[in-house]
Amino acid sequence: MNYTGLTEKDREEMLKAIGLSSMDGLFNVIPESLKSNSFKFPEGLTEWEVLQRIKLLAGKNKVERMCFLGGGMYDHIIPAAVDFLASRSEFVTSYTPYQPECSQGTLQSLFEFQTMMCRLTGMEVSNASMYDGATALAESALMAIRITDRKKIIVDEGVNPLYRGVLKTYLKSHSINLEEIPVEADVPDMEFIISRIDNETGAFIIQIPNFFGSVFDYYRIAEVLHKNGALLIVVSYPMALGLIKPPGEMGADIVVGDGQSLGIPMQFGGPSFGFITTRREYMRNLPGRIVGETVDTEGRRGFVLTLQAREQHIRRQKATSNICSNQNLCALRALFYLSLAGSSGFGEVALRNHQNAEYLKSKFEGVMGVSVWNRSDTFNEFVIELPLDAIKVIPGMIENKVLPGIPLGCFYKGFEKRMLVTVTEKRTRAEIDYYAAILEAVLWK
Amino acid sequence: MEIYFTRDHEWIKLEGNTGIVGITAYAAHQLGDITYVELPKEGKEFKKGDVLCTIESVKAASDVFTPMSGKVIEVNNSLISSPQIVNEKPESDGWIAKMELSDLSEKNSLMDQKAYDEFLKTL
Repeated sequence: MNYTGLTEKDREEMLKAIGLSSMDGLFNVIPESLKSNSFKFPEGLTEWEVLQRIKLLAGKNKVERMCFLGGGMYDHIIPAAVDFLASRSEFVTSYTPYQPECSQGTLQSLFEFQTMMCRLTGMEVSNASMYDGATALAESALMAIRITDRKKIIVDEGVNPLYRGVLKTYLKSHSINLEEIPVEADVPDMEFIISRIDNETGAFIIQIPNFFGSVFDYYRIAEVLHKNGALLIVVSYPMALGLIKPPGEMGADIVVGDGQSLGIPMQFGGPSFGFITTRREYMRNLPGRIVGETVDTEGRRGFVLTLQAREQHIRRQKATSNICSNQNLCALRALFYLSLAGSSGFGEVALRNHQNAEYLKSKFEGVMGVSVWNRSDTFNEFVIELPLDAIKVIPGMIENKVLPGIPLGCFYKGFEKRMLVTVTEKRTRAEIDYYAAILEAVLWK
Repeated sequence: MEIYFTRDHEWIKLEGNTGIVGITAYAAHQLGDITYVELPKEGKEFKKGDVLCTIESVKAASDVFTPMSGKVIEVNNSLISSPQIVNEKPESDGWIAKMELSDLSEKNSLMDQKAYDEFLKTL
């Protein structure tokens, strides 16, 4: 097979062979009413012209801004070795490892990735990665429905609102009763949650730290859920797991999250990868592929895609999920990142995040009209309360090269004066001091 | 003891009001090596013809249909760790579920051993 383009003559011959007179004939099955006549593409450009055009567009980007944004995507330091390793052709070009005899490298690295996700979350089984945090969450809800055979899912509104949007889309066609626990404070009312759990509940979904950055004890909910035959799904921020108790020790049955914080740039919101881990007894219900360790015919250690029956080529319409792939390269970046950090280094990075955020909190004590909304402990994000709409301070902050945070009014009614602020290990003391000073200046200039 | 068969190759042994359900040797052979039996939930009610559970083999995942309506009162938990029992002894130790039957007259629409053997010859 060669890779040269088709000539007009080739096209004519091919059409003749299948008895058609024009390319349009190939699309006859599509009803006229569905065909669009409005595709208006510009004329083609030369390579040089494309380069000039892209440079012009790239020049519009506002670079060199101090990023205090979070809410699911974080500005963490990425060691140069992650880029170097992840750009090696063995990893970049490798395809789905369906043939273990020629995919041992990919399979072993995914096996190690799974091991790390299990250790991080305190769970027993991980799959080889999902598309992102939001789809991992939606899949975990479907998984809980399969396991419990129940039709009610409860979700705390402290779960990332964008994730909840995807969750709703996924559940729409499954006639699931999705109940939301409304936000009253930075930490949900445990008694109220417990009062909503009954023997029809399939699962309760909570995020730790939640969307407001708060960390709190939820063990009692796990107990009540298990007593009622329901599952606890925890949405997690992997970087925070360097410091806080893994959900597996808090009674979680399924742990999901987005892996962007582990060595993947923010890059306008993706690509990233999602992770999903669970207890051994629910392994069969995990969506997607799982890499397992085995031995070959001569007894040597090897790796394979195990439990493949759950995927589409065997279970077909009965597959656990319609996910037919995973985010290999992004998942491998997380493996490289975690390997480079090591368990103690990872803990140190997490601690630096927390210390930096606490430092900014302390700076706000001196800023008139600004207070920290969270009553609970936080990791590296928290909510500040402003004397005016958060949206109004943002242009002034950006002018001064600071991306100050996420205005919560975009997601929660009545939260217009609140802003979610994130401080990673990447922010220096000087930058944090500058943030507080600029905010004061923008508010009271 | 009475035993009846479906055209989908399930068998049901009747003991009074109770029916023990499994798949036939023919079905087990057709499926190939069985790797997993997704057992039904105890206490759940099924109507005749409902999907009772799913059996995974190296080749395919196949539904097991309920031969007679009733409630599952016991499942064969040994299949969780040793699904190959279904291949080895499909019509005895490889049983799947014990059901409390709600309509014994449904047996009249099933085949007895002789009829099933004849049916197999036509396949």
